Amino acid sequence: MRQPIAGVVHAEIVEREIDLAALLAMVQHRGIGAVSLFVGIVRDVNEERQVSGMEYDAYVPMAAAQLSAIASEACAKEPDLVVAVEHRIGTLKVGEASVAIACAHPHRREAISAAGEIIEALKKRVPVWKLEHYIDGSRQWIDPTASAQAATNA
Amino acid sequence: MKSPTTSVLLFASYADAFGGREIELPVPTPCVVNDLVEALRDLPGGSRLPARPLVAVNREWVELSASVREGDEIAVIPPVAGG
Repeated sequence: MRQPIAGVVHAEIVEREIDLAALLAMVQHRGIGAVSLFVGIVRDVNEERQVSGMEYDAYVPMAAAQLSAIASEACAKEPDLVVAVEHRIGTLKVGEASVAIACAHPHRREAISAAGEIIEALKKRVPVWKLEHYIDGSRQWIDPTASAQAATNA
Repeated sequence: MKSPTTSVLLFASYADAFGGREIELPVPTPCVVNDLVEALRDLPGGSRLPARPLVAVNREWVELSASVREGDEIAVIPPVAGG
């Protein structure tokens, strides 16, 4: 086990498969008591439509900077927290990981709540978009503000 | 020399609506972000923009009242959908 570390060890937008074991290894060190790993997965159904895959687009330099800033803010609140985070872009299949957040801490509560806070902030602030591909061949850019509106109207 | 146009980055559904990931708008700098948004609204595809679109200047989120100077990197950003 390596010496204690703290802070953001990795925050990147990637165009390859996310290696969950590598992400976990990055945050592990002597002194931790828990690692919380959040993984976002491409789902097969969205709003009752059968999804065949997903294409992720990003404003890459800003997305990377926002990802890093969000992870840094979480670490500023919890001095013993260690974070490694990746968001994948490009074409993904159903079942593949689109985002992964590993948070290590001496205690479980802090590790779990940091992962939760980071994914919520990511969904609001990181400029990434998804073009959903449906099995009938059609495609649509996902607009969470439109579905939130539709849910309100329902 | 002042540039008579300002370049704006577009992504995802906005890149589709306006036909490219970068567009030159006939707005000289210095200006405010909203001047660029209104110029974009006048183009074909402009109806695709919400009342208050998201904008970043130099990769930071800004308000529509933020000022824009020569050389700034401006992006008009569709609702984000990461995760």
